[in-house]
Amino acid sequence: MDVQTWTYLLVGITFALYIGIAIWARAGSTGEFYVAGGGVPALANGMATAADWMSAASFISMAGIISFTGYDGSVYLMGWTGGYVLLALLLAPYLRKFGKFTVPDFVGDRYYSKTARLVALICAIFISFTYVCGQMRGVGVVFSRFLSVEIEMGVIIGMTIVFFYAVLGGMKGITYTQVAQYCVLIFAFMVPAIFISLMMTGNPVPQLGFGSEVTGEGVFLLDKLDGLSQDLGFAPYTDGSKGMVDIFFITMALMVGTAGLPHVIIRFYTVKKVSAARVSAFWALLFIAILYTTAPAVAVFARTNLLESVPNKPYAEAPGWIKSWEEAGLIAWLDKNKDGKIQYAPGKPFEGKLTYDEKNRGENGERLITNPPSDGPNELYVDRDIMVLANPEIAQLPNWVVALVAAGGLAAALSTAAGLLLVISTSVAHDLVKKTFVPGLDDKKELLIARCAAGFAVVIAGYFGINPPGFVAEVVAFAFGLAASSFFPVIILGIFSTRMNREGAISGMITGIVFTTAYIIYFKFINPTANSVENWWFGISPEGIGTLGMIINFAVAFIISGLTKRPPQDVVDMVEGIREPEAEGEELAVSDH
Amino acid sequence: MADDQTTSNRAYWRANLKWVGILMTIWFVVSYGCGILFVNQLNQIELGGFKLGFWFAQQGSIYVFVILIAVYVKVMNGLDHKYGAKKS
Repeated sequence: MDVQTWTYLLVGITFALYIGIAIWARAGSTGEFYVAGGGVPALANGMATAADWMSAASFISMAGIISFTGYDGSVYLMGWTGGYVLLALLLAPYLRKFGKFTVPDFVGDRYYSKTARLVALICAIFISFTYVCGQMRGVGVVFSRFLSVEIEMGVIIGMTIVFFYAVLGGMKGITYTQVAQYCVLIFAFMVPAIFISLMMTGNPVPQLGFGSEVTGEGVFLLDKLDGLSQDLGFAPYTDGSKGMVDIFFITMALMVGTAGLPHVIIRFYTVKKVSAARVSAFWALLFIAILYTTAPAVAVFARTNLLESVPNKPYAEAPGWIKSWEEAGLIAWLDKNKDGKIQYAPGKPFEGKLTYDEKNRGENGERLITNPPSDGPNELYVDRDIMVLANPEIAQLPNWVVALVAAGGLAAALSTAAGLLLVISTSVAHDLVKKTFVPGLDDKKELLIARCAAGFAVVIAGYFGINPPGFVAEVVAFAFGLAASSFFPVIILGIFSTRMNREGAISGMITGIVFTTAYIIYFKFINPTANSVENWWFGISPEGIGTLGMIINFAVAFIISGLTKRPPQDVVDMVEGIREPEAEGEELAVSDH
Repeated sequence: MADDQTTSNRAYWRANLKWVGILMTIWFVVSYGCGILFVNQLNQIELGGFKLGFWFAQQGSIYVFVILIAVYVKVMNGLDHKYGAKKS
């Protein structure tokens, strides 16, 4: 069978599975809709959290980014997993003990303020939307390459599936679907990694394979890759090229930002006890670590294969995957010196955003592009997102493996999208409508509003998936910076300081957000030409500035709270309450008053 | 009785903070220390085919994170058992 038939088959089977689970686990009450009734076993919750956490970015993009940046890519590996440690140790158990549905709920009650709740709410919705758009792009890429349907159609199919099980099943449906999606995505990620590791190094464990010797060559794979990179003029793979200060700040911003992501925090409300919340955090990180320690190995394999098989090859003899991804619009070749060979070197091959000449073909049969060429010698454009998806083809693995990766990418994108849609619908129905405008709303009506909000969010996300704003990457940096500079400090202070009051928290949050936003907007939108290391403050890029925003937030919060009056006694009692040990056999209800 | 309860809760919270402090220190050392600040020094040491600093940044820190959470779960659930049992 060819790749396309296999893909239809595997994607069809997995989609049927997700829908089946959604029907089996549909939600009947707001409790079940928002937090699965608080009764999901820790192991299952760990898997669901892992699937929720690992988005299309983790599955599709991360190994690709590492592949192209080497050591610099470590910021994502340490940032996203290290942030999880922050979440598990500093936030999750206490928020679970607090026992409300959402982060804005906590912020609103802890700081006895509707303003604080509203600021937190707006941040939560903004972050979630940013994320959903990224997932939809992932879905579009997979569909357009593997199923030869238009991206529009692909996104609509994906949205329909998510709509079906998120709107019908709520958190309960999503949780059990995510368990299935975790299994699909981890299997899809590991199988090709193990195959390729065996082929290149003879070691079946990818985590060890990329530190082993290349089969039959007597040289370590990483040393070989460093050499290949330098021969073509790139920095050695294991050294990277970013400054140490910037690496430090970006890693911190990613860690702190991830810890503040609302769709992951909400997962800890789905278990019955605080102790179970801790256990499920452990399972989740273990399941995440399997993919995260494999990704850098995949990155090295893919990079080595790329550097060995493409540079200085005549286009006519280039491997088939180059041409199929060129057709999908994610690879381009501009024959600057007219020698018919693909030259690959550092620097961009052309100026501006890639646009193909739809009418004419080049003399070698390549898709022509209309962009003006750049000055450098590089002729090849490779979208980083394709490395994981193309890897099985590059390594010439069987067709079913290629199809499996497509199904895995979809599982990763859909599971995260569903979790985010739930946050959006919860935020709208619970925090905005019920807590802000219509306090006396009954359970049935609230559930209906939550479902409508989820449906509405699906449509908007679908629109952005089909017409992606040109600035998705910039906006993602924004989401992390915002989460880091707003949520994280107020939650931490809310738990670990009884003295922190409303005035301190709000002024800290606002200065943090305003500072971070201003810095990012200046360098990304107003004056992008100045976006280079000599203009940055202390050498910190806009990606890492959230860390500084966070520090400012902490500082302002401490100063202002020291100058204003203590929080009321009932709030202090509440904070003392979430610090108490859990009594034997105590089961926390998810309260909703 | 209420005072006993408060004292017990305070002791629990202090033990909690101590453990979180220890674990967060290790968290900082393996990621920011070994993976970023001292990466060049550690890269002089080779572990099989890995330079050690590079290995910490892309592998080692993640393994340590998993162990940290495992220890945390064990310790905290133990503390809950110890102090929680006295309650009520």
